[in-house]
Amino acid sequence: MDTDLSSQDRKDLDKFIKFFALKTVQVIVQARLGEKICTRSSSSPTGSDWFNLAIKDIPEVTHEAKKALAGQLPAVGRSMCVEISLKTSEGDSMELEIWCLEMNEKCDKEIKVSYTVYNRLSLLLKSLLAITRVTPAYRLSRKQGHEYVILYRIYFGEVQLSGLGEGFQTVRVGTVGTPVGTITLSCAYRINLAFMSTRQFERTPPIMGIIIDHFVDRPYPSSSPMHPCNYRAGEDNGAVYPSVEDSQEVCTTSFSTSPPSQLSSSRLSYQPAALGVGSADMGYPVLFAGGLNAAHPHQLIGPGKEGGVPPVPSQPTHGTQADQERMCTPLDGVHYSAATPSSSEDTETVSNSSEGKCGSPHDLLETIFIRKVGAFVNKPINQVTMANLDIPFAMFAPKNVELEDNDPMVNPPESPETESPLQGSLHSEGSSGSSTGNTHDDFVMIDFKPAFSKDDILPMDLGTFYREFQNPPQLSSLSIDIGAQSMAEDLDSLPEKLAVHEKNVKEFDAFVETLQ
Amino acid sequence: MVGPGRSRCCAPSSAGRAMNCRAEVLEVSVEGRQVEEAMLAVLHTILLHRSTGKFHYKKEGTYSIGTVGTQDVDCDFIDFAYVRVSSEELDRALRKAVGEFKDALRGSGSDGMGQISLEFYQKKKSRWPFSDECIPWELWTIKVNVVNLANEQERQICREKVGEKLCEKIINIVEVMNRHEYLPKMPTQSEVDNVFDTSLKDVQPYLYKISYQITDSLGTSVTTTMRRLIKDTLAL
Repeated sequence: MDTDLSSQDRKDLDKFIKFFALKTVQVIVQARLGEKICTRSSSSPTGSDWFNLAIKDIPEVTHEAKKALAGQLPAVGRSMCVEISLKTSEGDSMELEIWCLEMNEKCDKEIKVSYTVYNRLSLLLKSLLAITRVTPAYRLSRKQGHEYVILYRIYFGEVQLSGLGEGFQTVRVGTVGTPVGTITLSCAYRINLAFMSTRQFERTPPIMGIIIDHFVDRPYPSSSPMHPCNYRAGEDNGAVYPSVEDSQEVCTTSFSTSPPSQLSSSRLSYQPAALGVGSADMGYPVLFAGGLNAAHPHQLIGPGKEGGVPPVPSQPTHGTQADQERMCTPLDGVHYSAATPSSSEDTETVSNSSEGKCGSPHDLLETIFIRKVGAFVNKPINQVTMANLDIPFAMFAPKNVELEDNDPMVNPPESPETESPLQGSLHSEGSSGSSTGNTHDDFVMIDFKPAFSKDDILPMDLGTFYREFQNPPQLSSLSIDIGAQSMAEDLDSLPEKLAVHEKNVKEFDAFVETLQ
Repeated sequence: MVGPGRSRCCAPSSAGRAMNCRAEVLEVSVEGRQVEEAMLAVLHTILLHRSTGKFHYKKEGTYSIGTVGTQDVDCDFIDFAYVRVSSEELDRALRKAVGEFKDALRGSGSDGMGQISLEFYQKKKSRWPFSDECIPWELWTIKVNVVNLANEQERQICREKVGEKLCEKIINIVEVMNRHEYLPKMPTQSEVDNVFDTSLKDVQPYLYKISYQITDSLGTSVTTTMRRLIKDTLAL
């Protein structure tokens, strides 16, 4: 069997790998835009969807990817990496994930390029779609906005995993064997998000202030701070984004259903496209802001609406004047050399406008430094109602002692003289009828004048009679001297009394009979 | 039993079942209201990998393939999001199957344990009077255990935990898919209906059928394949 790759197969394979790399970058970056992606299925092949998957092409992303690749393909020791990082509004950033497209030496010489490899690459892209939603950075990216943004950076060369912190985890998306090597797609992601859990990135500005204090070890030295990015598209449209010539190469795939021996008759035909798919309707406004740091990632914030972004030609707008000068250099020329991976880091920061989704970072700075004073503390109490009183409930204490004499509760006013004799009699009854003989201070003594009496001259007058018989002596049987007798004595005397009564039973019975 | 819109049923092949069919089992423990979304997430992820664009056959035995679109789905009761094929017909078919499974799980005699199976099969034509054989080549079984939670705090924890578990399941599924094990070879135009479900208008999944079993409290499984047994005897 012919193990050498035919030139056509080789060309096809190179093409597949190149577009696979570009589509991989698109899938990863689009998954970190922070919004839901939706593309339509189409039953009739349009000829422009590589790997039979509807993956839109964001021109800037394609441009960056091509710049990073610079005409080369992933090979042994030369991997294409997409770095996803998070940048807070304070300027701190942290690498979250590194997606690596690698090639190793393990070849599968017998595999069919135009058929099996292509389909397996398609399957691998589907797996990538699924896996990009599963790593922790997806949830972070869905919540990006005011407090932080997600940035991407593409580089080519050796994989650098040091920025992921300790204990990062790796998930393998899949592998596809080809006659020139095995393509491997994997993701290494940070798990040490201890001071940056997804919960802390909900939209509550005061909490953000506390989080900032936890940034003890900054991944980037503070000597090279990131510049604030302009989140809005500028008005003046200067340079239009250079269109990418061959990014929209059309791939019309047709497969043969003939038996494998006749498979060589199948061909892939592709034509250079006049208009790429999606380049007209994918106007993500893109801004460049200057950056000092060599490792400036690209920042992507998707448009606020899903799929409804008006086409705006992307152009550079600048935060500061100084930035503008630096800006021109990356735009004009691409300095990239494959031999030195470190220089492949781009010096521009790309940010997409999000139509009001991200406000100015300065607003946030003001809100960050609200310090909580303490629970239930509003302001110092300036007034004290009873400042000089040390006793509790001082305000309820009687304020003036002198007034006590005037207190009506203490000194009741004099009761008026009774006018009717009846009232008077009632009055005196109360005072004189009391067995204990208490006389209230409030009662006033008046003369007793009984009704219908002439006068009080005769000794046995009605009034006299009343007085004498008002206080009759108590019955002797009712006057019990309690102090002298006790219950115990009563009980003791009971048996004697019972004995006496029993003796006189007959008398009692006779008495009862007389009653009947 | 829910499957593609083909009315012709085929008898299961016992021989084929043993030989080429690879079987994968996934287990999840979810709350009652999470059953639907969890099942849909897993089934859609599997079908994303097992669907292609529509085939268009041309002369000279060549064919071209349509485009498969995808879309993100957010779960309401789980902290989770997944990608599915952009096909309303396929989504409807899966929702119908999962809905029946969920109702059966809730029904009486169920301890909240059951399993739903997604089987990919090929049809093999037989001569008359024998009906076609269905030869499964991949079987996914998702075992479900429904838990009851007491309070809102537990539910919140469950949301997150089930989300993490589903992430693991997606990684497992992708791992299996990328082993590149047996797949039916691409069919000719006359054979395409034996390999693919061509009834959908925008995508073309491999022929599949979904069935489920509920474990009742006695531990025996009341299967929905009772009908299938009857059909088997009638077919022969």
